[in-house]
Amino acid sequence: MAGPDKAASPKGLLGWIEERLPILAFTKAHTSEYYAPRNFNFWYYFGSLAMLVLVNQIVTGIWLTMNYKPSAAEAFHSIEYMMRDVDWGWLIRYMHSTGASLFFVVVYLHMFRGLMYGSYRKPRELLWVIGMFIYLVLMAEAFMGYVLPWGQMSGWGAQVIISLFGAIPWIGEGLVEFIRGDYLISDATLNRFFALHVIALPLVLLLLVVLHLGALHTVGSNNPDGVEIKQGPKGNRWSSEAPSDGIPFHPYYTVKDIVGVGFFLIIAAFIIFFEPTFGGLFLEKDNFVPYDPLVTPEHIVPVWYFTPYYAMLRLVPDKLLGVIVMFAAIAVLFLLPWLDRGKVRSWRYRGTAFKIALGLFALSFVWLGKIGGGPGTDAAETVIGRLLTVVYFGYFVFLWVYTHFGFERTKAVPERVTTHD
Amino acid sequence: MTEQNVNQGRRRFLTATTAVVGGIGAAFLAVPFIKSWQPSARAQAAGAPIQIDISKLEPGQLLIESWRGLPVWVFRRNEQMLQALPTLDEQLRDPDSSNADQQPGYATNPFRAQRPAIAIYVGICTHLGCSPSFFPELTPQPFDANWKGGFFCPCHKSKFDLAGRVYTGMPAPTNLVVPPHRFLTDTLIEIGVDPEGVA
Repeated sequence: MAGPDKAASPKGLLGWIEERLPILAFTKAHTSEYYAPRNFNFWYYFGSLAMLVLVNQIVTGIWLTMNYKPSAAEAFHSIEYMMRDVDWGWLIRYMHSTGASLFFVVVYLHMFRGLMYGSYRKPRELLWVIGMFIYLVLMAEAFMGYVLPWGQMSGWGAQVIISLFGAIPWIGEGLVEFIRGDYLISDATLNRFFALHVIALPLVLLLLVVLHLGALHTVGSNNPDGVEIKQGPKGNRWSSEAPSDGIPFHPYYTVKDIVGVGFFLIIAAFIIFFEPTFGGLFLEKDNFVPYDPLVTPEHIVPVWYFTPYYAMLRLVPDKLLGVIVMFAAIAVLFLLPWLDRGKVRSWRYRGTAFKIALGLFALSFVWLGKIGGGPGTDAAETVIGRLLTVVYFGYFVFLWVYTHFGFERTKAVPERVTTHD
Repeated sequence: MTEQNVNQGRRRFLTATTAVVGGIGAAFLAVPFIKSWQPSARAQAAGAPIQIDISKLEPGQLLIESWRGLPVWVFRRNEQMLQALPTLDEQLRDPDSSNADQQPGYATNPFRAQRPAIAIYVGICTHLGCSPSFFPELTPQPFDANWKGGFFCPCHKSKFDLAGRVYTGMPAPTNLVVPPHRFLTDTLIEIGVDPEGVA
């Protein structure tokens, strides 16, 4: 197993290729010779699950394009066609639509893991920022994908989201026209969104994922204790230079992740086969009606993963300010590595106030999501929602004040990672 | 070639000029790609005026027609509606239609119309472009107990009165747009063209 003998390179055709392009060496360096901390827990499933969903989206997406027609006249009916007449078309489409929502479930949990264990902290700032760009591109990708079926929510959702850019002073109106390629949401808009959804953004997404992994494997994975294993003692069963607290990603974490994949696929299969619209959350009811540019549906809300931001937009009684608040809610996440000046990474050893603040932050996000998905006519809800928006932004202000001025009282961090469970 | 023979100044000059010329070329090449996103000639040509026959429009009724792909509302206000309009001024953001971008000069009046009874608006919320719903009755509504008739946007809950004027405290910043229009006869309206003699 321990192979100190470097000369044992493969012979024959494999050796011939390896000499010219070291694929095997590269693969090894990133799997069986990538040493991850040995104390990963449940929260570390979501990175690999996100990759699994990405593959699902790409494969099912390619198959969907084989029947989909990106034109205002035909789009809706081409979807109905693949749902009813194409063999297994319904399955492929539901795998794609369920995958989109589960992508966000997985990504939100992945991001929350980062907040809990301080995975965005030095030296992983760039890793976090690249991840945030992935999140941004993913939101654009999801939005454009939702437009393609050309149902009522597709058209009116596009109308609202594109109009957000109209709030920008001076250039707003021209920009909106530029994005739509017309004076209204039309065939031109649909066609370009199709191009962006199936080619441009997936390419960007894949590149960003490669960069995300490249940055991860350069600085190494964080862990639930927030202890830097590279600064600990060296030498383990496999290598004398690797960190003692590290174990090879393959086979240890590949095997662990397969367990997570199993559970994940059970849940995904249940949704795909029994509740593909997820009660109107994953596929909204209004989107089963063809887009009518003259009639707005009674309740227009985006898909669940956008509703926290949508709630903020709706709760601010001013157009430009509402748009600014909404975009700021995403932008502020980019700054996290520089706002948090705490001495300790993982919440296991952080001050009590941090844990409470993070809990409130998560609560505000989920509750805002609930408000944003509702009709938004309740006056009490408006007050609560504005309060929650303050809590959301307050988290970042608190975090900076709390850590920059040394208010945080931390617990002693162990020298090595712990494996008590 | 040894280091001594290298003319560093010349090398820097050539590198810089190549980079600048290449950059300019790339910028020019980007133009067609960006411009191709603008509305096409066909989209631009689709904005022709439309005619609407209102001979069958009863008081309180709303007619929705498509002009440049936008919903255009035409409705006939009854006496009760016309009397209710001036009572709302204090609750409105711009009761006097002082924002000149939202209506032509000939519609800058308390009823925001050429003829008080005939209301003509672009049925697109000035917030984020949804089409508000018509609630003409002067009766309490779930969203407003003192409703005096008007429009309620399902997307972000902006309220407008029956003259398309936005209430205060709403996400929508301005009143609904009055499109250019003219009366060809008493019952025939043309949308997209100003009346004779108006610039």
